[in-house]
Amino acid sequence: MKAAVVVFPGSNCDRDLAVAFRAAGAEVEMVWHKDTELPGGIDIVGVPGGFSFGDYLRCGAIAANSPICKAVKAHADKGGYVFGVCNGFQVLTETGILPGALLRNAGLKYICKTVGLRVETSQSAFTEGYNAGDVVDIPIAHHDGNYFADDATLDALESEDRVAFRYTDNPNGSQRDIAGILSENRKVLGMMPHPERAADAGHGGTDGQALFRAVVGQLTSA
Amino acid sequence: MKATVHVMLKNGVLDPQGEAVRHALGALGFDGVNGVRQGKVIELDLADGTSEDDVTAMCEKLLANTVIESYRVEMG
Repeated sequence: MKAAVVVFPGSNCDRDLAVAFRAAGAEVEMVWHKDTELPGGIDIVGVPGGFSFGDYLRCGAIAANSPICKAVKAHADKGGYVFGVCNGFQVLTETGILPGALLRNAGLKYICKTVGLRVETSQSAFTEGYNAGDVVDIPIAHHDGNYFADDATLDALESEDRVAFRYTDNPNGSQRDIAGILSENRKVLGMMPHPERAADAGHGGTDGQALFRAVVGQLTSA
Repeated sequence: MKATVHVMLKNGVLDPQGEAVRHALGALGFDGVNGVRQGKVIELDLADGTSEDDVTAMCEKLLANTVIESYRVEMG
């Protein structure tokens, strides 16, 4: 099973994401933002956290228009798996692969701490290692994680069971406490919290491990 | 030729930075500031003959995120 992790200028969680994928059994290839194609045989693309292009203009906006993102969009359009974390989630909303947008945190502060997340659905390759209703501890580290979408979009996300994670104690003003969402075909997950920072005993918590094991396992057996 | 693009958060989208500015003005003793909205002004230096439609396309593709922002183009 092969994963590609995209690297933009300013990405800073790319190696963490690669380590988490590898620990779960994936082969990982890093791809640069100027690449126009993904390597052959890629099962999932990871879009990492960080501050791509210095967060200039809007978080993720310039990365979303980079050459590699056209390839990532084509991969998603063909039904490929994509996983965006933090800045990666912002990039996925900016490309339109996932609906909504991430606004400045309601309290205006950059927040770096471990938060509680409720798993809202186990019906996806990413979340099948959890039970719906489980509460997991995963770190957040963001300034612009306040999920916004119009009511019709939020209603659709809920009625289609596409909210993957909710904050148990909303830290940033996100609409309906949303921390992570799935695409319509459930093969793209974007989330602000960092499961790759809770994937090794050395991190102080391993609640994120189940996500990587589930998706890598699913794609290995597929 | 020049064009100026004004980008604002849409009405109904919370603007925490505007709110913080409003609080700060109140703390400085400026009474009667009922609301503050903060946006961006982007100045473009363009080749002659660039049309307003071109600038609108730039806004739609990159300069504004129309999920959360509205924009206004001023040519010249």
